[in-house]
Amino acid sequence: MNTTELQKKLIATARSMAADERVPYAFEKRIMARLDAVRPLDVWTLWGNALWRAAVSCVAVTLLTSAWMLWSDHGSSTHGDFSEELETAVLVAADSADETW
Amino acid sequence: MDPTDPELIAAVLKGDTASFEPLVKKYLPRVFATARRYARRDSEVEDIVQEVWSKAFLKLSSFRGEAPFEHWLMRLAVHTCYDFLRAHQRNRETSFTELSDAETGWLDRYVADPDAASESAAAAKQLVARLMEMLSPPARLIITLLEIEDKSVKEISALTGWSVPLVKVRAFRARAEMRKCLAKITRDKYL
Repeated sequence: MNTTELQKKLIATARSMAADERVPYAFEKRIMARLDAVRPLDVWTLWGNALWRAAVSCVAVTLLTSAWMLWSDHGSSTHGDFSEELETAVLVAADSADETW
Repeated sequence: MDPTDPELIAAVLKGDTASFEPLVKKYLPRVFATARRYARRDSEVEDIVQEVWSKAFLKLSSFRGEAPFEHWLMRLAVHTCYDFLRAHQRNRETSFTELSDAETGWLDRYVADPDAASESAAAAKQLVARLMEMLSPPARLIITLLEIEDKSVKEISALTGWSVPLVKVRAFRARAEMRKCLAKITRDKYL
């Protein structure tokens, strides 16, 4: 048997077969539904979300630290008025200068 | 007036996913026709088509608009079909004893008188499908594009991403492989 001729005949058969363009009913809806699942990740959105989360954490830590400092100062304060302490600290240099004279 | 393909693509890229649906609707028949050249079962064809559209959606930003969207999509479809063929390579090994009575009858008629065996016969079509399934993925792709869809070597090169010389070499090998498969089918009975 001449396989080359048979090959030509079968290829002619394949060519004569019209392309089957049938589409199942509402298949485009199925594709669109699937696209929601494969939606690409937006790097900038992810980055923004991460930044917001980090900012909230930072604010929370700051508030907690401030509160802790405030409470611990109240509990351990043995000195008098804050203004007195400030005045003493500021005038230390002046006092020592007088002693030099 | 309906929006053009570039307008729809621009809208999708801006985040309007719904604008993708008219594109899907417009080119779905062509993608189905391409997928049916490489897969027989409906479930496989549908999987290929869904894969093509998922890839198209995800890679839409890489579409530069230099060529029509349809060309870009068909390239994607051909690549997806080729991946499918490679992934299902092992499943396609067929036993030659599985020739149906109709196929054997058609071959008998062809041996008796080549002109008497009609090209449009259902048995001939079955035989073609069987033969295509016996081919390796690159051979099947080349035979489909070159011989059945009648595309030029240059067009195949653009569709597959293979160089023109590589397409020519693969076409030569594919024809030889096809003859070999035909010889396998007919060896026991007629040679």
